[in-house]
Parts: sequence; structure tokens; C-alpha cells
Amino acid sequence: MKYLAQQAINALQLGSIYALIALGYSMVYGVLTMINFAHGDVFMLGAFFCLLLIAIVPVPFWLALIVVMGATAVLGTLIERFAYRPLRNAPRVSAIITALGCGLVIQNTTLGISPYARPMPHLLDNVTYQFSGITITTLQIIIIGVSVGLMIVLDFLIRKTSFGMAMRAIASDRATVSLLGVPANQVIAVTFALGAALGGAAGLLYGMAYPVVSAAMGITVGWKAFVAAVIGGIGNMRGAVLGAFLLGAVEVMTVAVLPSTYRDLIAYSLLLLILIFKPHGLLGKPALHKA
Amino acid sequence: MNQAIALDVKDLEVRYGGIQAVRGISFSVNPGEIVTMIGANGAGKSSTLRAIAGAVPHAGTIRIGGEVIRTDHPEEIVRRGLSLVPEGRGIFANLSIEENLRLGAWTNREAYDVNLSKVFGLFPRLRERRNQMAGTLSGGEQQMLAVGRALMSRSKILLLDEPSMGLAPKLVLEIFAILRDINKAGVTLLIVEQNAVMALRLAHRACLLELGSITLSGSGAELLENPKIRSAYLGH
Ligand SMILES: Nc1ncnc2c1ncn2[C@@H]1O[C@H](COP(=O)(O)OP(=O)(O)O)[C@@H](O)[C@H]1O
Ligand SMILES: [Mg+2]
Repeated sequence: MKYLAQQAINALQLGSIYALIALGYSMVYGVLTMINFAHGDVFMLGAFFCLLLIAIVPVPFWLALIVVMGATAVLGTLIERFAYRPLRNAPRVSAIITALGCGLVIQNTTLGISPYARPMPHLLDNVTYQFSGITITTLQIIIIGVSVGLMIVLDFLIRKTSFGMAMRAIASDRATVSLLGVPANQVIAVTFALGAALGGAAGLLYGMAYPVVSAAMGITVGWKAFVAAVIGGIGNMRGAVLGAFLLGAVEVMTVAVLPSTYRDLIAYSLLLLILIFKPHGLLGKPALHKA
Repeated sequence: MNQAIALDVKDLEVRYGGIQAVRGISFSVNPGEIVTMIGANGAGKSSTLRAIAGAVPHAGTIRIGGEVIRTDHPEEIVRRGLSLVPEGRGIFANLSIEENLRLGAWTNREAYDVNLSKVFGLFPRLRERRNQMAGTLSGGEQQMLAVGRALMSRSKILLLDEPSMGLAPKLVLEIFAILRDINKAGVTLLIVEQNAVMALRLAHRACLLELGSITLSGSGAELLENPKIRSAYLGH
């Protein structure tokens, strides 16, 4: 029982990070029906931006979080503006290749500058608490708390604000949104900014939790979050969060009973299995194709 | 510059790659008028409306309230006081009815409450279901929502692309009665229709579009009497 509770905390921690990244994939897919393959690398850069920042000025955690989210938001907007927007009406495959290309450029630039994995310095006093035999650290509380907090803010933005309304409308019919006088391009840019900021936050949190940062993180972790978004039903925000926590739990359980080399096999098998029975993911709806 | 003309179109052309959908048409709509453009499927009616609304590129000159339009950003056109109710309605099925209306008010948020009660006055059924998802509405109700949503911007000119499409005759009557009311309240209407009888009865002036060119124009009553229209579009 104690053991299970302990594993549940680990699963929550991993799931929260996956969820933050998965939301970015899902938001962009929602507005443009496009997989932003560079998103995993934006996540990776979140961790590197943090390293860079604290190498220049030793800032406290909260400030680092805000700066990293701001920097990745700008990056996300630039990618949208200069790489994706010119191809908005181009064949689907061009957009996919461009996204993959952006990701590879970011990854290899990072690899060029920092060929080796780097340790993430401590940003917090990490105290370990004991509750009847279950341990939880300040770091875990912060990771889960910040992630859940950001998800609540995002949920509010999407469901209650004009921006969120416009975002949901673009997801269902972009051409008509413009006809109403809504600046669709701005809404799409903000969507990218928000998704990238969440990815950046996840990068920072991941770097703190598993304190090694490398250029490959965008693929090893970022693509896992993409799997989570697809499991939940890509384009659906709650699905992304559900898929992420499910994947986090499955991975933690796998490692608890099998050698850790089985972790990715089980994760990707779960994806295939769920898609066989629910081709649109757990909460996804079949796309309505318009002429 | 002629301030008396609400919408003035000169030598309008629309091309999609090699296809020329609109071949240099000219017409105008006076303030407070109802003008209807009829024509068969593929004649270029939707392309004409989309060009005016800034949704497809065009050649030729379009003036709204005397001012030449140079932008191809639809959101700019709405700010000039012209809204298009698109073919097929373009309802956001996963948004509530009120959210659909709020999006229509994007360029005119100050008077939101006043405009909302005016729209609900015209379409009481929308008020009853304001929190329901728009996708649950019937076809006729969705058309009402599309018209109401366009009215939320307080546009002085409304373009409607086949408002009767897919609706039962009784609902078509209802929609056209409401369009007449909207016009009486001071909104200028340009209506594109395949349902020629209803549209020609409602319109002050009308024209016939064939293969991208205007081949007939006159008052609504004149076109209703025209032998060519009667045989080709009214089935007499
Ligand atoms: N997006 C498009 N791309 C290419 N051709 C188009 C497009 N939209 C319309 N067309 C063509 O332009 C012509 C006019 O179409 P349209 O304006 O929709 O006519 P209508 O509304 O009168 O039925 C048709 O031949 C149609 O096939
Ligand atoms: Mg049409």
C-alpha cells in the first residue's frame, strides 16, 4: 500500500510533465490540424534556456520559470510566423516536413553548442517530507503543483475568455472565424505562444526532476508526450492530460516490475493498442471533414 | 466619390488558378436596398460574395460606402460595416449559441448587451437555447444563428449566401420574413439565391449571373416576369 502510494506520487510527477508538453501538441493540432513536430525540441530548449539563464544570473526558481516560459513563448511564435504560416495553404506533407525540419534544426543547433548532457543545478532547497512512511519532496510538490496550476489557468483561458472562444472556433472553421472580424492569425500565434510556454515550463521542471539536460530530450521525452496527446485524442485538451497521466502511470508501473529498458516498448505498445480500439484516442472525436 | 452607394462593384474578376469564376461584373447596391443575385450552381455567386468580403483575392474595384477596398483581410471588411453570412452557415457546432453570437460581436463589443437583445428579439428561439451547443440546432435554427451572428457586428451591409439552402419551405418563408424586417430596420442586403422565386419577390433589384457574367438585371418584379427566368429558374 505504501509502495503503491509512493509509485503514485512518481507517476503524478511524470504525468504532470507529459501533460504540460502534450497540451502544446494538442492545442496546435486543434487550431491547424497539424502536428508541430518541433514542439518536443521547444520543450528541450526550455531546460537549456534555464541553464543559460542561471549561468548568467543566479535567479530563484519562480523567476527562472517566468523567464523560460517567456522565452519559449517567443520562440514558438517565431516558428509559427516564419516556418509554418507561409505554408498554411501548402500541401499537408510540406507542413509536416517543415515541422520535422524545424525540430531537427533546433536539436542539432543545441547539440552543436552543447554536445554532452549537462547537470541541472539546484534551483530549490529540496526538503524531503515523510508522511507515515511515504516520502515526498519539495520538488515533487512544486512540479505537480505548478503543472496542475498551469493546466487550470489554460482550461480557464480556453473555456471562459474571448481568446479561448476564438481558438475553439478556429478549430472548427477557420475561414468563417475571419469573416466575423476575428483576427485568426493573432489567435493562432497566441495559441503557439501558450503551447510553447507550457512546453518550456515542462522542460525546466523535467530538468529539475531528472537533473540531466541533453539535446536528445526533445525526442526521448517530447515524443512520449506526443504519444500521450494521441492516446487522449489529439486536439482535445482534457484528452491530452488524461493520456499523459495514463502514460506516466504505465511507465512508472513498468519500471517497478520490469527492467527499465522495457519502459518505451510498453509505452508505444499502449499507444498501438489504444488506437486499435479507439482510433481517435480516448476522448477524441472523428474529424468532421469539410469539402 | 459617391456616398449614396452602399456597395459598388466595378469589373470584378475572381480566378482560382486557371479557372475564371467571375468575369468582370459590375453592379451596385444602394443604402437600405435589397438586391438579389440569382444563378445556377457554379455561376460564380459565392465567389462574388467572398471577393467582396475579402475572403478571396480579386481584380477590379470594390467600394464600400464610397471607399475603395484594398485589403484581402476579411476582418478589415467587417470593421468597415459589411458582413457575409457564408454558404452552409459556418456555425461553430462545438460552441454554445451565445458563444457563436459573442464571436460575431468581436469588432463591436461595447454594445454587446443591446445587440444581443435585438438579435434575441428577432430570433426568440435562440434566446431559449443560448447555452446549448450550436450543433444541436436544426438547419433552420442554424441559419437564424448565422444571420444573428452577422448582425452582432452592427454591420450596415449584410451579404447572404443562399440563406434558404437545405431548408423546408415553411422555414424559408420564416427566414425571408425576418430578412425583410432586418432590412426595414435599416440594413442593406445583398442576397444570393438559387431559390429564385422567394428572392426575387423580396428584392428591390436583381440580377442574373451566368458563367461568371451578369446577363440580366432589373427590378425583382421585372425578373420574375422575364420569360427566360421563368423557364430556366422558376420552372414555368
Ligand atoms: N476554392 C476554389 N478553387 C477552385 N475553383 C473554385 C473554388 N471555389 C469555386 N470554384 C469554381 O468557381 C466556379 C464558381 O463557383 P461558385 O462561386 O462557388 O459558384 P456558385 O456559388 O454560383 O455556385 C465554379 O466553377 C467552381 O467550381
Ligand atoms: Mg455558392
